[in-house]
Amino acid sequence: MSKPIEPNSWKTGPDENGHFGIFGGRYVAETLMPLILELDEAYAEAKKDPQFQAELEALNKHYTGRPSPLYYAESLTKHLGGAKIYFKRDELNHTGSHKINNCLGQILLAKKMGKTRIIAETGAGQHGVASATVAAKFGFPCVVYMGKTDVERQSPNVFRMKLLGAEIVPVTAGAGTLKDAMNEALRDWVTNVENTYYLIGTAAGPHPYPQLVRDFQTVIGRECREQILEAEGRLPDMLVASVGGGSNAIGLFHPFLDDKDVGIVGVEAGGRGLNGEEHCASLTAGKPGVLHGNRTFLLQDDDGQILEGHSISAGLDYPGIGPEHSWLRDTGRVEYVPIMDDEALEAFQLLCRTEGIIPALEPSHALAEIVKRAPEMDKDQIIVMNLCGRGDKDVFTVGKALGIDL
Amino acid sequence: MTIETRIDRRFAALREQGRPGLVTFIMAGDPDNATALDILRGLPEAGADLIEIGMPFSDPMADGPSIQLAGQRALKGGQTLSKTLELVSDFRKDDDNTPVILMGYYNPIYIYGNERFLADASQAGVDGLIIVDIPPEADDELCLPAMENGINFIRLATPTTNAQRLPRVLQNSSGFVYYVSITGITGSSTPDPEKVAASVGLIKKSTQLPVAVGFGVRTAEQAAAIGQASDAVVVGSALVSAIAETLDDNGKASTETAGAVHDLVRSLAEGVRSVKH
Repeated sequence: MSKPIEPNSWKTGPDENGHFGIFGGRYVAETLMPLILELDEAYAEAKKDPQFQAELEALNKHYTGRPSPLYYAESLTKHLGGAKIYFKRDELNHTGSHKINNCLGQILLAKKMGKTRIIAETGAGQHGVASATVAAKFGFPCVVYMGKTDVERQSPNVFRMKLLGAEIVPVTAGAGTLKDAMNEALRDWVTNVENTYYLIGTAAGPHPYPQLVRDFQTVIGRECREQILEAEGRLPDMLVASVGGGSNAIGLFHPFLDDKDVGIVGVEAGGRGLNGEEHCASLTAGKPGVLHGNRTFLLQDDDGQILEGHSISAGLDYPGIGPEHSWLRDTGRVEYVPIMDDEALEAFQLLCRTEGIIPALEPSHALAEIVKRAPEMDKDQIIVMNLCGRGDKDVFTVGKALGIDL
Repeated sequence: MTIETRIDRRFAALREQGRPGLVTFIMAGDPDNATALDILRGLPEAGADLIEIGMPFSDPMADGPSIQLAGQRALKGGQTLSKTLELVSDFRKDDDNTPVILMGYYNPIYIYGNERFLADASQAGVDGLIIVDIPPEADDELCLPAMENGINFIRLATPTTNAQRLPRVLQNSSGFVYYVSITGITGSSTPDPEKVAASVGLIKKSTQLPVAVGFGVRTAEQAAAIGQASDAVVVGSALVSAIAETLDDNGKASTETAGAVHDLVRSLAEGVRSVKH
């Protein structure tokens, strides 16, 4: 594949049919097409509607607790002995991760569209919790599809969702992870088209989801830009974020895409290594294909069958990636690298001890990349990482990985 | 662009006979390639007028449990798109009249290569394609090139396809229009013949193409009722379930497997043949 021509701006996508270069689009069954077109229309209206935007802003501020702090991690910086490290602390949001940013935006859309029932898919359970939360607040019944494997390894989040009144449907098809949950959510949606709003949790799926999820998440990058200018008087040298489907990463990256001096790094789950099939590094080791409504990089075999993938982090355990990331990889604007399970586990423990912050396993991948890069950089250089989730949900998984029976 | 395929000729013959057709679906490679070929070869004699062959995919988002499991059995047995095309070639050695339609999802074709796939499918004797996840908005990717290769691209119309959208769906459709009688996944609920008749009537106002109706038809009685209101009735999940119910304890085909499918097809064929248009 030849490298696409570098655009004048990286922020103009997608086009009206949802394409970022060759990626994105709307590859769904005909039953869903009218619904997706209706959503597209509703979102276009909402974007222009000052009342919608004001309501979202108020919720972000008073319900979620935005803006999230931009925190200078002084001890970690000293420990690594190189670039200054800042964390955008979206783990301090209500519900414990960046997922709430998107859920609040979409629940307002669902309300505006007159829908009366919410469905969602979840991997780690963070999106499921955020969906159940906004559904509770706005009085919608909520059904969350979750792979059976994930139900088992993320039991605290499963209980949270139940407390919030959501119904959890464990999905046994396939390996019982995020991809299978998404298939099942799509099957629900195709069956309950009249009243149901599908609240997708990541910047993937058929257009306009990749766009609208991104837009709701860019609050991270917009705040971060202001905050770093205030703290340092300049933009950072590097942004780092973990990518599963890629919503926290695109939320941080997007407002900086046209700042050419800001290097951007997305960190994929390398699982147990890229040699076998036990990883989720679709951008590093996958190839373009069509799944879940969009063309994007996918882990697949030579026959176009989608592979299951593996990551210690349930939130990164997805064989695809948002289409905008595929395009940013192809254009070379963003560099994507894999981090292995054991490297993420070490970084997880390092942050606990140096900064007194228990991170989720997802951003622990981004942190592991910083552990590699920061010492090689000058002390006056600046790295900002999206600390997109807290690790309370992961303590059992980490305990098990470290051989400790909790 | 106008092409004539075995599908067009078969629907012309059905019109002359004054009855609806029976479209039968099985999954390529289910439960194994040899049994699938046995089943296929016996379908026309049992009364199938058109044959749909599923191309198994790991993530069949529009399918219910029966067809999901059929796809998993096939993939577990090593089925690939190349083998599915070989299956069609093998079937064509003895039958040059029964239309064969491949049905499935886009990704395996995209990975095989769209142009190469269409050339090989045409060579194998494929007459039509139903690709669930390519909407008319993406017609230039596979639909229009399929026509250029002499292959019908059959579109699904659904209960959510409103009057505003229908022309778009019909625009580059050929062969027939497949009306999905319910909102939902394959095999999930039973269609209401009266509602189906009304919807088929609306579609027929906008196109000369025959309209086949599927999703949820399981018995001869249902086939007759739906056949009253349409040009053909599609049965899939019920046949695939007949395969599943006759597998041995190890999930392999038994001596009853092919026969069970053919018996069910015979009964369904009686149903559609009892209808006079």
